[in-house]
Amino acid sequence: MRYSGLKVFLNGLTGNRGWAPVWRDPAPKDHYDVIIIGGGGHGLATAYYLAREHGITNVAVLEKGAIGSGNVGRNTTVVRANYMLEGNVEFYSHSLKLWQNLSAELNYNVMLSRRGCILLAHSDGQLDALARRGNMNLMQGDGAELWDGATLRRHIPYLNFDDPRFPLKGGLMQWEAGTARHDAVAWGYARAADRLGVDLIQNCEVTGFRITQGRVTGVDTTRGHIGAGKVGMAVAGRSSQVAAMAGLRLPIESHVLQAFVTEGLKPVIDTVISFGMGHFYISQSDKGGLVFGGDIDGYNSYAQRGNLPIVEHVAEAGMALMPMIGRARMLRSWGGIMDMTMDGSPIIDRTPIDGLFFNGGWCYGGFKAVPGGGHVFAHLIATGKLHPAATKFRLDRFARGAVIDEEATGATPNLH
Amino acid sequence: MKLACPLCGARDIREFHYQGAASLADRPDPGAPEARQEFLDYVYMRDNPAGENRELWFHAHGCGAWLVATRDVTTHEFLSVRLATDKEPTT
Repeated sequence: MRYSGLKVFLNGLTGNRGWAPVWRDPAPKDHYDVIIIGGGGHGLATAYYLAREHGITNVAVLEKGAIGSGNVGRNTTVVRANYMLEGNVEFYSHSLKLWQNLSAELNYNVMLSRRGCILLAHSDGQLDALARRGNMNLMQGDGAELWDGATLRRHIPYLNFDDPRFPLKGGLMQWEAGTARHDAVAWGYARAADRLGVDLIQNCEVTGFRITQGRVTGVDTTRGHIGAGKVGMAVAGRSSQVAAMAGLRLPIESHVLQAFVTEGLKPVIDTVISFGMGHFYISQSDKGGLVFGGDIDGYNSYAQRGNLPIVEHVAEAGMALMPMIGRARMLRSWGGIMDMTMDGSPIIDRTPIDGLFFNGGWCYGGFKAVPGGGHVFAHLIATGKLHPAATKFRLDRFARGAVIDEEATGATPNLH
Repeated sequence: MKLACPLCGARDIREFHYQGAASLADRPDPGAPEARQEFLDYVYMRDNPAGENRELWFHAHGCGAWLVATRDVTTHEFLSVRLATDKEPTT
């Protein structure tokens, strides 16, 4: 069923009885051309682009739980392309361009809201560094606008400009950035992939790989063996476990990242504010809740919940930046498990096993990358070649010394 | 979350710095024939188990001891802790 305003109107008049299930619930077939492991944002987007761009429709997405029940629904929904290093800039630029028309393409409103994203500077040196970053973004064709202190004060007057430790000297604004509704992104890709013939198989956990003479021939699952010509992993958060079943050891540690939301408030924060020095960023959801987050807890975790020291730290950082939020009541906090790579950048590559491909290592930045990650991963699986927008996310870049380390902290995932 | 330092007793986790997998204490021999590969594994590769993880903690805001702890990373519960300078207990 194609969605339209008229359908919403007519269904509203008839008690909303006219809606059908959005995707099928098929039993797994014996064999698929391509199996994607992981029914999150990247897996669903990959399946969609395989069918849409490459005409490969004999595809299954195997999901351990329910579609979209993992990190694609646990993030803070920020979409941006204000990275600095070669390797990242072209990829996130590619992804941001795919976001542009996504709602129309999927016929599903992902509620992309281009409200901008500002990175704050607290010193002249930091403003210079942001100018350099902005130039990288401009050269890539993305937006970047350098704000001095007065401009920042005009746009966002409620910040604490005179904090003695972190006075605000300006920032780098990217107007093309913003937020999107994360669940809708998962559902929209799932529905669009399903309509193109992709089988979305839920409650189907992969328990092993079948590998014959160095080539993957299928997977074992809780719903039986399924043969495959090619297999793509898109299981960020659990990459190490799934890859270990294929005998691979990855440059990844799993860490927990917490996120927070307050009660609904009237519109007050009309952009995404990133306070890097305080490890704090905030936006306001369309429902009115302030959505914010901070740093990872800093130790390996698969618990999907964090501890109180980070809660306190994030709250302190928020108060330091905008004391006005002090009286907002926090409704919920939750945690998601991040694939933290050794340089803080993702991995999209072939593996040493023929026919087995890897997408993961998204650290805490996987959501904005969903369209781009799915698009270039589908290209890699379909053609066997790296997409021009993602040539540097190689698995062997650590061995070659070609790391992409935006934070310049080295092989210390808990500090990225 | 508290970690029981063998010298100081149970202390708030904020007193400690997390360094990573305990294997980081076993630096490969730079003169070994396979040193290049061994250092690649040592610096960049991780087992990253979803269960018991052996890890290095530094009591930075305490006694300054390096500790080897075993922790269940699905619950954050510390299962055992010893000084890094002590020998691995034989079981």
